[in-house]
Amino acid sequence: MHIPDGFLDLQTSVAAGAISVGVVAYASYALRKRVAPEKIPLLGVAGAFVFAAQMINFPVVGGTSGHLLGAALVAILLGPWAAVLVMTAVLVIQCFIFQDGGALALGANVLNMGVTGALLGYAIYATIGKLSQRVSVRYTAAFLAAWIAVMAGAFLCSCELIISGTVALQVVLPAMLGVHALIGVVEGVITVGALALVSRSRPDIWPALQPAEVTQ
Amino acid sequence: MKMKWWHGALIVSLVIAAILSPLASSWPDGLERVAEVLGFATQAEGSPTVSSPLPDYLFPGITSEGLATAIAGILGTLLVFAVLYAVGKALAYSEKTNDG
Repeated sequence: MHIPDGFLDLQTSVAAGAISVGVVAYASYALRKRVAPEKIPLLGVAGAFVFAAQMINFPVVGGTSGHLLGAALVAILLGPWAAVLVMTAVLVIQCFIFQDGGALALGANVLNMGVTGALLGYAIYATIGKLSQRVSVRYTAAFLAAWIAVMAGAFLCSCELIISGTVALQVVLPAMLGVHALIGVVEGVITVGALALVSRSRPDIWPALQPAEVTQ
Repeated sequence: MKMKWWHGALIVSLVIAAILSPLASSWPDGLERVAEVLGFATQAEGSPTVSSPLPDYLFPGITSEGLATAIAGILGTLLVFAVLYAVGKALAYSEKTNDG
């Protein structure tokens, strides 16, 4: 879902970029002097995993592939603000080192795939998680958070294309949401699978009662 | 040195980047496909706004595409780890004062 340059007009790119810069600045402020020293490597590993997993495009339907976003997964494991920083670092490196996503569209890509997935995905997970302490409820919450994070990203991406005058609403919205509904299912399955692995090897990180956060 | 959890997690990530990435689907992703079908894919053609050292996740000068992808994947994974480690370090509280 990385938007290349040429799809968005300048106003839309600048507006999306301004929102992303604001959220990333707030995330840095929220975590300032709060990251536990022993949790520093977890930030790095979360980003390393997201970057590696995003290289693995899996086929979905009819000549279309998708890949993990990972924003909801990282938010569930490390908290929403840490996830914003992790996703931003991944997207910035993908953009400037690997030419994946346009430099002018970077703010929009951070908004669609990083900020939204981290904050909305976390909000959904936390809201459903409050209903019950059962682990099965948490897995269900995580699956839904991951699926909705992908759909929200696809929705925002469509809106940016519409506002830019690139394509008409009635054609782009069903097309984008349709394909990402399937990609989102795989996102949900990978998210649940990754959480299951973490719960076996590091139950202190997940499923801890309090979302692990990187802070103490 | 005792193996820590994050060492294992980093190795898993490197294995994904090095061994699975050359096997990834080369089909267009959701947005690329929609752009092709709806006819606006051509708007992204032309020279990129900013040139990148490893475009398309390929390390330059290597004829084997699988190997070029694997090396690019390893470098990217390590770079992301290093950048976020530095970010974490900058945001961490000091253990000595323990005022956080």
